[in-house]
Amino acid sequence: MNHTIWTKPFYYVFAFFVASISLYPILLMILSSFKTSTEIFTSPLAFPKSFTLETYRNLLEQIPFMTFFMNSVIVSGVSVALILVTSSLAAFYIARFTFQWNNMLFFFFLMGMMLPIKLGIVPLFILMKDLELLNTLWSLIFMYTATGIPLSILILTGFFRTMPRELEEAARIDGAGNLRILWNVVLPLMRPALGTVMIIQFIQSWNDFFFPLIFITDDMKKTIPVGMLSLFGEYSADWGALFAGLTLASLPMIILFFIASKQFMEGLTQGAIK
Amino acid sequence: MKSAASSKSTHLKKQRNWKRWSIHLFPIPALIIYGLFIVYPLFAALTYSFFEWDGMVRGEFAGFKNFVDLFTLQPFSDLFWNAFGHNILYFVLQMIFQNGLAFILAYIIYKKVRGAEFLKISYFLPRLLSVIVVGFLWKLILNPNYGAFNVILENLGLEALQKAWLGDPDTALIAIILINSWYGLGFGVLIFLAGFQSIPKELLEAGKLDGATGLSMVRRILLPLMVPSIMIMTVLTFIQSFEAFELVYAMQGSEGGPYSSTDTLAVYFYRLAFGGSSGGSSSAIGLGSALAVVLFLFIAVFTALYLKYMQKKQVDM
Repeated sequence: MNHTIWTKPFYYVFAFFVASISLYPILLMILSSFKTSTEIFTSPLAFPKSFTLETYRNLLEQIPFMTFFMNSVIVSGVSVALILVTSSLAAFYIARFTFQWNNMLFFFFLMGMMLPIKLGIVPLFILMKDLELLNTLWSLIFMYTATGIPLSILILTGFFRTMPRELEEAARIDGAGNLRILWNVVLPLMRPALGTVMIIQFIQSWNDFFFPLIFITDDMKKTIPVGMLSLFGEYSADWGALFAGLTLASLPMIILFFIASKQFMEGLTQGAIK
Repeated sequence: MKSAASSKSTHLKKQRNWKRWSIHLFPIPALIIYGLFIVYPLFAALTYSFFEWDGMVRGEFAGFKNFVDLFTLQPFSDLFWNAFGHNILYFVLQMIFQNGLAFILAYIIYKKVRGAEFLKISYFLPRLLSVIVVGFLWKLILNPNYGAFNVILENLGLEALQKAWLGDPDTALIAIILINSWYGLGFGVLIFLAGFQSIPKELLEAGKLDGATGLSMVRRILLPLMVPSIMIMTVLTFIQSFEAFELVYAMQGSEGGPYSSTDTLAVYFYRLAFGGSSGGSSSAIGLGSALAVVLFLFIAVFTALYLKYMQKKQVDM
Protein backbone atom coordinates (compact mmCIF):
# COMPACT_ATOMS: atom_id res chain seq x y z
CA MET A 1 0.00 0.00 0.00
CA ASN A 2 2.81 2.33 0.93
CA HIS A 3 4.10 1.64 -2.50
CA THR A 4 1.15 3.20 -4.37
CA ILE A 5 0.93 6.22 -2.08
CA TRP A 6 4.53 7.00 -2.83
CA THR A 7 4.52 6.29 -6.58
CA LYS A 8 1.48 8.24 -7.75
CA PRO A 9 2.78 11.75 -6.94
CA PHE A 10 6.17 10.73 -8.24
CA TYR A 11 4.58 9.74 -11.56
CA TYR A 12 2.91 13.13 -11.78
CA VAL A 13 6.02 15.12 -10.98
CA PHE A 14 8.08 13.11 -13.42
CA ALA A 15 5.55 13.31 -16.29
CA PHE A 16 5.07 17.05 -15.91
CA PHE A 17 8.78 17.66 -15.51
CA VAL A 18 9.44 15.97 -18.87
CA ALA A 19 6.55 17.92 -20.40
CA SER A 20 8.22 21.14 -19.32
CA ILE A 21 11.44 20.06 -21.04
CA SER A 22 9.43 19.40 -24.20
CA LEU A 23 7.69 22.76 -24.07
CA TYR A 24 10.27 25.15 -22.66
CA PRO A 25 12.60 25.43 -25.66
CA ILE A 26 9.64 26.20 -27.93
CA LEU A 27 8.33 28.79 -25.51
CA LEU A 28 11.81 30.25 -25.24
CA MET A 29 11.98 30.47 -29.05
CA ILE A 30 8.70 32.36 -29.31
CA LEU A 31 9.43 34.71 -26.39
CA SER A 32 12.95 35.47 -27.59
CA SER A 33 11.60 36.46 -31.00
CA PHE A 34 10.04 39.51 -29.31
CA LYS A 35 13.32 40.62 -27.75
CA THR A 36 16.10 42.68 -29.22
CA SER A 37 19.45 40.94 -29.59
CA THR A 38 20.91 42.95 -26.70
CA GLU A 39 18.04 41.91 -24.48
CA ILE A 40 18.59 38.24 -25.43
CA PHE A 41 22.30 38.48 -24.68
CA THR A 42 21.93 40.22 -21.31
CA SER A 43 18.92 38.35 -19.92
CA PRO A 44 18.21 35.26 -22.03
CA LEU A 45 15.60 33.76 -19.71
CA ALA A 46 13.62 36.88 -18.80
CA PHE A 47 10.20 37.66 -20.17
CA PRO A 48 10.42 40.17 -23.06
CA LYS A 49 10.30 43.70 -21.65
CA SER A 50 8.91 45.57 -24.62
CA PHE A 51 7.52 42.93 -26.99
CA THR A 52 9.28 44.53 -29.91
CA LEU A 53 8.30 43.60 -33.46
CA GLU A 54 11.56 45.08 -34.68
CA THR A 55 13.03 41.58 -34.96
CA TYR A 56 10.36 40.54 -37.43
CA ARG A 57 10.89 43.70 -39.48
CA ASN A 58 14.64 43.03 -39.55
CA LEU A 59 14.01 39.45 -40.60
CA LEU A 60 11.74 40.38 -43.48
CA GLU A 61 14.24 42.97 -44.65
CA GLN A 62 17.15 40.54 -44.54
CA ILE A 63 15.67 37.54 -46.32
CA PRO A 64 12.79 37.16 -48.79
CA PHE A 65 10.77 35.29 -46.20
CA MET A 66 7.45 35.80 -47.95
CA THR A 67 8.88 34.22 -51.10
CA PHE A 68 10.05 31.20 -49.09
CA PHE A 69 6.66 31.04 -47.46
CA MET A 70 4.78 31.10 -50.77
CA ASN A 71 7.13 28.46 -52.21
CA SER A 72 6.44 26.23 -49.21
CA VAL A 73 2.70 26.74 -49.61
CA ILE A 74 2.81 25.89 -53.32
CA VAL A 75 5.06 22.85 -52.89
CA SER A 76 3.10 21.43 -49.95
CA GLY A 77 -0.29 22.22 -51.46
CA VAL A 78 0.37 20.77 -54.91
CA SER A 79 2.13 17.67 -53.63
CA VAL A 80 -0.64 16.92 -51.14
CA ALA A 81 -3.21 17.29 -53.93
CA LEU A 82 -1.21 15.00 -56.24
CA ILE A 83 -0.82 12.43 -53.46
CA LEU A 84 -4.56 12.42 -52.78
CA VAL A 85 -5.44 11.94 -56.46
CA THR A 86 -2.83 9.31 -57.35
CA SER A 87 -3.13 7.37 -54.09
CA SER A 88 -6.90 7.19 -54.00
CA LEU A 89 -6.97 5.97 -57.61
CA ALA A 90 -4.39 3.28 -56.83
CA ALA A 91 -5.90 2.32 -53.48
CA PHE A 92 -9.38 2.03 -55.01
CA TYR A 93 -7.95 -0.35 -57.61
CA ILE A 94 -6.09 -2.43 -55.03
CA ALA A 95 -8.95 -2.64 -52.54
CA ARG A 96 -11.93 -3.09 -54.86
CA PHE A 97 -10.71 -5.38 -57.60
CA THR A 98 -9.25 -8.82 -57.23
CA PHE A 99 -6.86 -9.22 -60.10
CA GLN A 100 -4.14 -11.72 -59.37
CA TRP A 101 -1.37 -9.08 -59.34
CA ASN A 102 -3.12 -6.81 -56.85
CA ASN A 103 -1.35 -8.14 -53.77
CA MET A 104 1.98 -7.84 -55.51
CA LEU A 105 1.18 -4.28 -56.49
CA PHE A 106 0.19 -3.45 -52.91
CA PHE A 107 3.42 -4.94 -51.60
CA PHE A 108 5.43 -3.07 -54.23
CA PHE A 109 4.01 0.24 -53.02
CA LEU A 110 4.38 -0.63 -49.33
CA MET A 111 8.04 -1.50 -49.83
CA GLY A 112 8.54 2.23 -50.33
CA MET A 113 8.00 2.86 -46.64
CA MET A 114 11.13 0.89 -45.80
CA LEU A 115 13.33 2.25 -48.61
CA PRO A 116 15.83 4.88 -47.48
CA ILE A 117 15.34 7.13 -50.51
CA LYS A 118 18.02 9.58 -49.40
CA LEU A 119 20.57 6.96 -50.44
CA GLY A 120 19.37 7.35 -54.02
CA ILE A 121 20.09 11.05 -54.03
CA VAL A 122 22.93 10.94 -56.57
CA PRO A 123 20.85 9.26 -59.31
CA LEU A 124 17.97 11.54 -58.32
CA PHE A 125 20.13 14.60 -58.78
CA ILE A 126 21.20 13.41 -62.23
CA LEU A 127 17.60 12.50 -63.08
CA MET A 128 16.37 15.96 -62.08
CA LYS A 129 19.15 17.50 -64.13
CA ASP A 130 18.19 15.45 -67.20
CA LEU A 131 14.52 16.36 -66.76
CA GLU A 132 15.59 20.01 -66.35
CA LEU A 133 13.81 20.15 -63.01
CA LEU A 134 16.75 21.37 -60.92
CA ASN A 135 15.99 24.72 -59.31
CA THR A 136 12.27 24.33 -59.90
CA LEU A 137 9.51 23.76 -57.38
CA TRP A 138 8.47 20.73 -59.47
CA SER A 139 11.52 18.78 -58.35
CA LEU A 140 10.26 19.06 -54.77
CA ILE A 141 6.63 18.48 -55.67
CA PHE A 142 7.46 15.22 -57.45
CA MET A 143 9.72 14.05 -54.61
CA TYR A 144 7.14 14.66 -51.91
CA THR A 145 4.41 13.07 -54.00
CA ALA A 146 6.59 10.01 -54.58
CA THR A 147 7.66 9.65 -50.95
CA GLY A 148 4.08 10.18 -49.76
CA ILE A 149 2.43 7.60 -52.01
CA PRO A 150 3.31 4.40 -50.06
CA LEU A 151 1.91 5.44 -46.67
CA SER A 152 -1.13 7.09 -48.28
CA ILE A 153 -1.96 3.97 -50.27
CA LEU A 154 -1.65 1.91 -47.08
CA ILE A 155 -4.04 4.15 -45.17
CA LEU A 156 -6.55 4.58 -47.99
CA THR A 157 -6.59 0.90 -48.95
CA GLY A 158 -7.25 -0.01 -45.32
CA PHE A 159 -10.14 2.43 -45.25
CA PHE A 160 -11.61 1.28 -48.59
CA ARG A 161 -11.66 -2.29 -47.32
CA THR A 162 -13.75 -1.40 -44.29
CA MET A 163 -16.41 0.32 -46.42
CA PRO A 164 -19.56 -1.56 -47.48
CA ARG A 165 -19.89 -2.12 -51.23
CA GLU A 166 -23.67 -1.71 -51.52
CA LEU A 167 -23.63 1.95 -52.50
CA GLU A 168 -21.09 1.30 -55.23
CA GLU A 169 -23.11 -1.62 -56.57
CA ALA A 170 -26.19 0.57 -56.71
CA ALA A 171 -24.34 3.23 -58.66
CA ARG A 172 -22.89 0.60 -60.97
CA ILE A 173 -26.36 -0.72 -61.81
CA ASP A 174 -27.33 2.86 -62.61
CA GLY A 175 -24.57 2.76 -65.22
CA ALA A 176 -21.92 4.91 -63.53
CA GLY A 177 -18.31 4.31 -64.57
CA ASN A 178 -15.52 3.54 -62.12
CA LEU A 179 -14.23 7.09 -62.07
CA ARG A 180 -17.70 8.46 -61.37
CA ILE A 181 -18.23 5.91 -58.59
CA LEU A 182 -14.91 6.80 -57.00
CA TRP A 183 -15.46 10.53 -57.23
CA ASN A 184 -19.19 10.83 -56.43
CA VAL A 185 -19.88 7.87 -54.19
CA VAL A 186 -16.72 6.65 -52.45
CA LEU A 187 -14.53 9.67 -51.83
CA PRO A 188 -17.16 11.76 -50.03
CA LEU A 189 -17.41 8.92 -47.48
CA MET A 190 -13.66 8.83 -47.05
CA ARG A 191 -13.15 12.28 -45.58
CA PRO A 192 -11.55 11.10 -42.29
CA ALA A 193 -8.94 8.98 -44.10
CA LEU A 194 -8.26 11.71 -46.66
CA GLY A 195 -7.83 14.17 -43.81
CA THR A 196 -5.29 11.90 -42.14
CA VAL A 197 -3.31 11.58 -45.35
CA MET A 198 -3.42 15.34 -45.90
CA ILE A 199 -2.08 16.12 -42.44
CA ILE A 200 0.76 13.60 -42.55
CA GLN A 201 1.93 14.61 -45.99
CA PHE A 202 1.58 18.29 -45.29
CA ILE A 203 3.89 18.04 -42.27
CA GLN A 204 6.43 16.02 -44.26
CA SER A 205 6.60 18.37 -47.21
CA TRP A 206 6.43 21.56 -45.16
CA ASN A 207 9.31 20.55 -42.89
CA ASP A 208 11.62 18.68 -45.25
CA PHE A 209 14.98 20.20 -45.75
CA PHE A 210 17.01 17.47 -47.43
CA PHE A 211 15.63 17.63 -50.99
CA PRO A 212 15.65 21.43 -51.38
CA LEU A 213 19.20 21.40 -49.99
CA ILE A 214 20.23 19.25 -52.94
CA PHE A 215 17.92 20.44 -55.72
CA ILE A 216 17.53 24.18 -55.10
CA THR A 217 20.27 26.78 -55.24
CA ASP A 218 18.25 29.74 -56.53
CA ASP A 219 17.19 31.89 -53.56
CA MET A 220 13.83 32.69 -55.13
CA LYS A 221 12.92 29.00 -55.32
CA LYS A 222 13.77 28.07 -51.75
CA THR A 223 11.26 26.73 -49.25
CA ILE A 224 11.28 27.86 -45.62
CA PRO A 225 13.61 25.17 -44.18
CA VAL A 226 16.46 25.88 -46.62
CA GLY A 227 15.65 29.57 -46.32
CA MET A 228 16.54 29.18 -42.63
CA LEU A 229 19.89 27.81 -43.72
CA SER A 230 20.77 31.01 -45.57
CA LEU A 231 19.42 33.13 -42.72
CA PHE A 232 21.69 31.38 -40.22
CA GLY A 233 24.59 31.43 -42.59
CA GLU A 234 24.51 35.16 -43.29
CA TYR A 235 22.91 36.92 -40.33
CA SER A 236 24.09 34.81 -37.43
CA ALA A 237 24.78 37.82 -35.18
CA ASP A 238 21.23 39.15 -35.03
CA TRP A 239 19.71 36.68 -32.58
CA GLY A 240 16.41 38.50 -32.42
CA ALA A 241 15.90 38.01 -36.14
CA LEU A 242 17.08 34.38 -35.90
CA PHE A 243 14.49 33.56 -33.25
CA ALA A 244 11.87 35.43 -35.27
CA GLY A 245 12.77 33.32 -38.32
CA LEU A 246 12.54 30.05 -36.39
CA THR A 247 9.19 31.12 -34.93
CA LEU A 248 7.73 32.13 -38.30
CA ALA A 249 8.94 28.85 -39.83
CA SER A 250 7.16 26.82 -37.14
CA LEU A 251 4.05 28.90 -36.57
CA PRO A 252 1.85 27.58 -39.41
CA MET A 253 2.36 24.00 -38.23
CA ILE A 254 1.75 24.88 -34.57
CA ILE A 255 -1.46 26.75 -35.41
CA LEU A 256 -2.76 23.88 -37.55
CA PHE A 257 -1.88 21.50 -34.73
CA PHE A 258 -3.96 23.37 -32.20
CA ILE A 259 -6.90 23.42 -34.61
CA ALA A 260 -6.77 19.66 -35.10
CA SER A 261 -4.42 18.15 -32.51
CA LYS A 262 -6.28 14.83 -32.33
CA GLN A 263 -6.11 14.29 -36.08
CA PHE A 264 -2.42 15.19 -36.08
CA MET A 265 -1.48 12.74 -33.37
CA GLU A 266 -3.68 9.95 -34.66
CA GLY A 267 -2.61 10.60 -38.24
CA LEU A 268 1.09 10.44 -37.59
CA THR A 269 0.89 7.25 -35.54
CA GLN A 270 -1.65 5.50 -37.74
CA GLY A 271 0.77 4.62 -40.48
CA ALA A 272 3.21 3.05 -38.04
CA ILE A 273 0.64 0.97 -36.19
CA LYS A 274 -1.11 -0.53 -39.18
CA MET B 1 -32.97 -3.31 -89.51
CA LYS B 2 -31.04 -6.33 -88.46
CA SER B 3 -27.64 -4.87 -89.30
CA ALA B 4 -28.41 -1.61 -87.47
CA ALA B 5 -29.27 -3.52 -84.32
CA SER B 6 -26.08 -5.55 -84.45
CA SER B 7 -23.90 -2.49 -85.02
CA LYS B 8 -25.52 -0.89 -82.02
CA SER B 9 -24.80 -3.96 -79.93
CA THR B 10 -21.12 -4.08 -80.94
CA HIS B 11 -20.89 -0.41 -80.06
CA LEU B 12 -22.29 -1.15 -76.62
CA LYS B 13 -19.94 -4.06 -76.24
CA LYS B 14 -17.00 -1.86 -77.12
CA GLN B 15 -18.10 0.68 -74.57
CA ARG B 16 -18.43 -2.01 -71.93
CA ASN B 17 -15.03 -3.42 -72.81
CA TRP B 18 -13.50 0.02 -72.45
CA LYS B 19 -15.20 0.45 -69.11
CA ARG B 20 -13.84 -2.85 -67.91
CA TRP B 21 -10.40 -2.26 -69.31
CA SER B 22 -10.02 1.36 -68.22
CA ILE B 23 -9.90 0.38 -64.56
CA HIS B 24 -6.34 -0.77 -65.13
CA LEU B 25 -5.37 2.86 -65.71
CA PHE B 26 -6.16 3.73 -62.09
CA PRO B 27 -2.85 2.74 -60.47
CA ILE B 28 -0.76 4.08 -63.37
CA PRO B 29 -0.15 7.68 -62.20
CA ALA B 30 0.98 6.51 -58.75
CA LEU B 31 3.15 3.81 -60.33
CA ILE B 32 4.87 6.26 -62.66
CA ILE B 33 5.71 8.83 -60.00
CA TYR B 34 6.70 6.24 -57.38
CA GLY B 35 8.67 4.19 -59.89
CA LEU B 36 10.53 7.10 -61.39
CA PHE B 37 11.46 8.96 -58.21
CA ILE B 38 11.81 6.16 -55.63
CA VAL B 39 12.45 2.77 -57.20
CA TYR B 40 14.56 3.83 -60.16
CA PRO B 41 17.06 5.98 -58.18
CA LEU B 42 17.73 3.19 -55.71
CA PHE B 43 18.37 0.69 -58.49
CA ALA B 44 20.48 3.25 -60.30
CA ALA B 45 22.57 3.80 -57.16
CA LEU B 46 23.28 0.08 -57.20
CA THR B 47 24.52 0.15 -60.79
CA TYR B 48 26.46 3.38 -60.27
CA SER B 49 28.49 1.69 -57.55
CA PHE B 50 29.95 -0.75 -60.08
CA PHE B 51 31.30 1.94 -62.42
CA GLU B 52 34.19 4.34 -62.49
CA TRP B 53 33.16 7.98 -62.31
CA ASP B 54 34.79 11.17 -63.40
CA GLY B 55 32.72 13.88 -61.81
CA MET B 56 29.20 13.39 -63.13
CA VAL B 57 30.36 11.35 -66.13
CA ARG B 58 30.17 7.57 -66.00
CA GLY B 59 33.28 5.68 -67.07
CA GLU B 60 34.27 2.03 -67.37
CA PHE B 61 32.75 -0.90 -65.53
CA ALA B 62 34.79 -1.22 -62.36
CA GLY B 63 33.49 -4.36 -60.67
CA PHE B 64 33.86 -4.17 -56.92
CA LYS B 65 36.66 -1.61 -57.02
CA ASN B 66 34.59 1.15 -55.38
CA PHE B 67 33.64 -1.17 -52.54
CA VAL B 68 37.23 -2.31 -52.06
CA ASP B 69 38.47 1.30 -52.08
CA LEU B 70 35.84 2.33 -49.58
CA PHE B 71 37.17 -0.20 -47.06
CA THR B 72 40.88 -0.26 -47.82
CA LEU B 73 41.98 3.18 -49.04
CA GLN B 74 42.67 5.99 -46.60
CA PRO B 75 41.02 8.23 -45.54
CA PHE B 76 37.85 6.48 -46.73
CA SER B 77 38.11 3.46 -44.50
CA ASP B 78 38.85 5.40 -41.30
CA LEU B 79 36.04 7.81 -42.09
CA PHE B 80 33.67 4.90 -42.66
CA TRP B 81 34.37 3.14 -39.36
CA ASN B 82 34.39 6.41 -37.44
CA ALA B 83 30.95 7.33 -38.81
CA PHE B 84 29.65 3.77 -38.43
CA GLY B 85 30.52 3.79 -34.72
CA HIS B 86 28.62 7.04 -34.32
CA ASN B 87 25.55 5.56 -36.00
CA ILE B 88 25.64 2.60 -33.59
CA LEU B 89 25.88 4.97 -30.63
CA TYR B 90 23.06 7.02 -32.15
CA PHE B 91 20.83 3.96 -32.22
CA VAL B 92 21.71 2.71 -28.73
CA LEU B 93 21.27 6.09 -27.02
CA GLN B 94 18.05 6.81 -28.92
CA MET B 95 16.69 3.47 -27.72
CA ILE B 96 17.51 4.40 -24.13
CA PHE B 97 16.69 8.09 -23.99
CA GLN B 98 13.90 8.39 -26.52
CA ASN B 99 12.20 5.01 -26.49
CA GLY B 100 12.89 4.02 -22.89
CA LEU B 101 11.59 7.32 -21.63
CA ALA B 102 8.66 7.24 -24.06
CA PHE B 103 7.71 3.78 -22.77
CA ILE B 104 7.66 4.95 -19.16
CA LEU B 105 5.70 8.11 -19.99
CA ALA B 106 3.18 6.18 -22.07
CA TYR B 107 2.69 3.82 -19.12
CA ILE B 108 2.08 6.75 -16.79
CA ILE B 109 -0.50 8.24 -19.16
CA TYR B 110 -2.08 4.82 -19.60
CA LYS B 111 -2.48 4.60 -15.82
CA LYS B 112 -4.88 7.55 -16.15
CA VAL B 113 -3.17 10.55 -14.70
CA ARG B 114 -5.04 13.80 -14.81
CA GLY B 115 -3.93 16.09 -17.63
CA ALA B 116 -3.18 13.18 -19.97
CA GLU B 117 -4.21 15.21 -22.99
CA PHE B 118 -1.95 18.10 -22.01
CA LEU B 119 0.97 15.72 -21.50
CA LYS B 120 0.45 14.06 -24.89
CA ILE B 121 0.30 17.41 -26.67
CA SER B 122 3.40 18.70 -24.84
CA TYR B 123 5.52 15.68 -25.68
CA PHE B 124 4.37 15.76 -29.27
CA LEU B 125 4.83 19.48 -29.98
CA PRO B 126 8.57 19.35 -30.87
CA ARG B 127 7.76 16.78 -33.57
CA LEU B 128 5.95 19.51 -35.52
CA LEU B 129 9.08 21.57 -36.03
CA SER B 130 11.31 21.13 -39.02
CA VAL B 131 14.49 19.26 -38.07
CA ILE B 132 16.50 22.21 -39.28
CA VAL B 133 14.57 24.48 -36.90
CA VAL B 134 15.23 22.02 -34.07
CA GLY B 135 18.93 22.01 -34.87
CA PHE B 136 19.27 25.79 -35.08
CA LEU B 137 17.12 26.42 -32.02
CA TRP B 138 19.26 24.12 -29.86
CA LYS B 139 22.42 25.56 -31.31
CA LEU B 140 21.32 28.94 -30.00
CA ILE B 141 20.25 27.48 -26.64
CA LEU B 142 23.57 25.66 -26.19
CA ASN B 143 25.71 28.57 -27.33
CA PRO B 144 28.53 28.83 -24.77
CA ASN B 145 28.49 32.64 -24.61
CA TYR B 146 24.88 33.71 -24.81
CA GLY B 147 22.84 30.52 -24.79
CA ALA B 148 20.04 29.92 -22.30
CA PHE B 149 21.27 26.50 -21.20
CA ASN B 150 24.40 27.60 -19.41
CA VAL B 151 22.46 30.42 -17.72
CA ILE B 152 19.96 27.87 -16.42
CA LEU B 153 22.80 25.72 -15.08
CA GLU B 154 24.22 28.78 -13.35
CA ASN B 155 20.85 29.59 -11.77
CA LEU B 156 20.67 26.05 -10.47
CA GLY B 157 24.13 26.33 -8.98
CA LEU B 158 25.58 23.84 -11.44
CA GLU B 159 28.35 26.02 -12.86
CA ALA B 160 30.60 22.95 -12.90
CA LEU B 161 28.54 21.57 -15.78
CA GLN B 162 28.79 24.71 -17.91
CA LYS B 163 30.65 24.12 -21.12
CA ALA B 164 30.54 24.36 -24.89
CA TRP B 165 28.53 21.18 -25.35
CA LEU B 166 28.62 21.27 -29.12
CA GLY B 167 32.23 22.41 -29.35
CA ASP B 168 33.70 19.56 -27.32
CA PRO B 169 34.31 16.33 -29.29
CA ASP B 170 33.46 14.32 -26.15
CA THR B 171 29.96 15.73 -25.74
CA ALA B 172 28.90 17.01 -29.19
CA LEU B 173 27.47 13.74 -30.50
CA ILE B 174 25.69 12.91 -27.25
CA ALA B 175 24.15 16.39 -27.24
CA ILE B 176 22.87 15.87 -30.78
CA ILE B 177 21.41 12.46 -29.94
CA LEU B 178 19.67 13.88 -26.86
CA ILE B 179 18.19 16.66 -29.00
CA ASN B 180 17.00 14.06 -31.48
CA SER B 181 15.36 12.25 -28.56
CA TRP B 182 13.69 15.50 -27.51
CA TYR B 183 12.31 15.76 -31.03
CA GLY B 184 11.10 12.15 -31.32
CA LEU B 185 9.87 11.52 -27.77
CA GLY B 186 6.21 12.37 -28.37
CA PHE B 187 5.94 10.07 -31.36
CA GLY B 188 7.25 7.20 -29.23
CA VAL B 189 4.81 8.02 -26.44
CA LEU B 190 1.88 7.89 -28.86
CA ILE B 191 2.98 4.56 -30.38
CA PHE B 192 3.50 2.93 -26.97
CA LEU B 193 0.28 4.42 -25.61
CA ALA B 194 -1.66 2.94 -28.54
CA GLY B 195 0.04 -0.37 -27.69
CA PHE B 196 -0.97 -0.22 -24.02
CA GLN B 197 -4.53 0.74 -24.92
CA SER B 198 -4.94 -2.23 -27.24
CA ILE B 199 -4.24 -4.69 -24.40
CA PRO B 200 -7.52 -6.40 -23.45
CA LYS B 201 -8.63 -5.39 -19.94
CA GLU B 202 -9.54 -9.00 -19.10
CA LEU B 203 -5.92 -10.05 -19.30
CA LEU B 204 -4.92 -7.44 -16.75
CA GLU B 205 -7.77 -8.48 -14.45
CA ALA B 206 -6.69 -12.09 -14.74
CA GLY B 207 -3.14 -11.09 -13.90
CA LYS B 208 -4.34 -9.23 -10.82
CA LEU B 209 -6.29 -12.27 -9.66
CA ASP B 210 -3.15 -14.34 -10.01
CA GLY B 211 -1.48 -11.96 -7.61
CA ALA B 212 0.72 -10.06 -10.06
CA THR B 213 1.42 -6.53 -8.85
CA GLY B 214 3.49 -3.54 -9.92
CA LEU B 215 6.73 -4.60 -11.55
CA SER B 216 5.89 -8.26 -11.98
CA MET B 217 2.67 -7.22 -13.73
CA VAL B 218 4.66 -5.06 -16.10
CA ARG B 219 7.28 -7.70 -16.74
CA ARG B 220 5.10 -10.77 -17.07
CA ILE B 221 1.93 -9.43 -18.62
CA LEU B 222 2.35 -5.96 -20.11
CA LEU B 223 5.79 -6.35 -21.67
CA PRO B 224 5.03 -9.46 -23.74
CA LEU B 225 1.85 -7.85 -25.01
CA MET B 226 3.76 -4.71 -25.92
CA VAL B 227 6.10 -6.59 -28.27
CA PRO B 228 4.42 -5.29 -31.46
CA SER B 229 4.82 -1.62 -30.57
CA ILE B 230 8.33 -2.17 -29.20
CA MET B 231 9.15 -3.81 -32.53
CA ILE B 232 7.78 -0.88 -34.52
CA MET B 233 9.73 1.68 -32.52
CA THR B 234 12.94 -0.36 -32.65
CA VAL B 235 12.80 -0.74 -36.42
CA LEU B 236 11.89 2.91 -37.00
CA THR B 237 14.64 4.09 -34.64
CA PHE B 238 17.14 1.79 -36.28
CA ILE B 239 16.38 3.08 -39.78
CA GLN B 240 16.31 6.67 -38.59
CA SER B 241 19.61 6.31 -36.69
CA PHE B 242 21.40 4.94 -39.71
CA GLU B 243 19.95 7.67 -41.92
CA ALA B 244 20.80 10.43 -39.41
CA PHE B 245 21.74 13.49 -41.42
CA GLU B 246 19.66 16.65 -40.95
CA LEU B 247 20.38 17.36 -37.30
CA VAL B 248 24.13 16.83 -37.66
CA TYR B 249 24.18 18.96 -40.80
CA ALA B 250 22.22 21.77 -39.13
CA MET B 251 24.31 21.83 -35.97
CA GLN B 252 27.80 20.82 -37.07
CA GLY B 253 27.86 21.28 -40.82
CA SER B 254 28.79 18.74 -43.49
CA GLU B 255 32.13 17.96 -41.84
CA GLY B 256 30.46 16.48 -38.76
CA GLY B 257 32.69 18.57 -36.52
CA PRO B 258 34.38 19.15 -34.19
CA TYR B 259 37.11 16.82 -35.49
CA SER B 260 34.64 14.43 -37.14
CA SER B 261 33.22 13.63 -33.72
CA THR B 262 29.62 13.86 -34.96
CA ASP B 263 30.14 12.43 -38.43
CA THR B 264 27.55 9.84 -39.47
CA LEU B 265 27.38 7.60 -42.52
CA ALA B 266 24.73 9.74 -44.19
CA VAL B 267 26.73 12.93 -43.63
CA TYR B 268 29.85 11.22 -44.94
CA PHE B 269 27.83 10.02 -47.92
CA TYR B 270 26.61 13.56 -48.57
CA ARG B 271 30.19 14.85 -48.49
CA LEU B 272 31.35 12.17 -50.89
CA ALA B 273 28.54 12.86 -53.33
CA PHE B 274 28.27 16.65 -53.13
CA GLY B 275 30.81 18.12 -50.77
CA GLY B 276 34.16 17.16 -52.28
CA SER B 277 35.53 15.10 -49.40
CA SER B 278 36.91 12.46 -51.73
CA GLY B 279 40.52 13.16 -50.95
CA GLY B 280 41.19 14.55 -54.42
CA SER B 281 39.65 11.52 -56.10
CA SER B 282 37.26 12.30 -58.93
CA SER B 283 35.44 9.00 -58.48
CA ALA B 284 33.45 10.38 -55.56
CA ILE B 285 30.13 9.35 -57.09
CA GLY B 286 31.25 5.73 -57.41
CA LEU B 287 32.45 5.70 -53.82
CA GLY B 288 29.35 7.48 -52.59
CA SER B 289 27.10 5.02 -54.40
CA ALA B 290 29.08 2.11 -52.96
CA LEU B 291 28.59 3.58 -49.49
CA ALA B 292 24.86 3.99 -50.18
CA VAL B 293 24.60 0.34 -51.23
CA VAL B 294 26.47 -0.88 -48.14
CA LEU B 295 24.28 1.22 -45.88
CA PHE B 296 21.13 0.11 -47.64
CA LEU B 297 22.03 -3.58 -47.35
CA PHE B 298 22.98 -3.13 -43.70
CA ILE B 299 19.62 -1.53 -42.87
CA ALA B 300 17.64 -4.06 -44.90
CA VAL B 301 19.41 -7.17 -43.53
CA PHE B 302 19.25 -6.11 -39.89
CA THR B 303 15.64 -5.00 -40.10
CA ALA B 304 14.64 -8.30 -41.72
CA LEU B 305 16.60 -10.39 -39.19
CA TYR B 306 15.16 -8.47 -36.28
CA LEU B 307 11.59 -8.78 -37.52
CA LYS B 308 12.05 -12.49 -38.09
CA TYR B 309 13.57 -12.99 -34.64
CA MET B 310 10.81 -11.06 -32.90
CA GLN B 311 8.12 -12.90 -34.85
CA LYS B 312 9.56 -16.19 -33.72
CA LYS B 313 9.79 -14.97 -30.16
CA GLN B 314 6.20 -13.84 -30.25
CA VAL B 315 5.09 -17.26 -31.41
CA ASP B 316 7.07 -18.89 -28.60
CA MET B 317 5.27 -16.78 -26.03
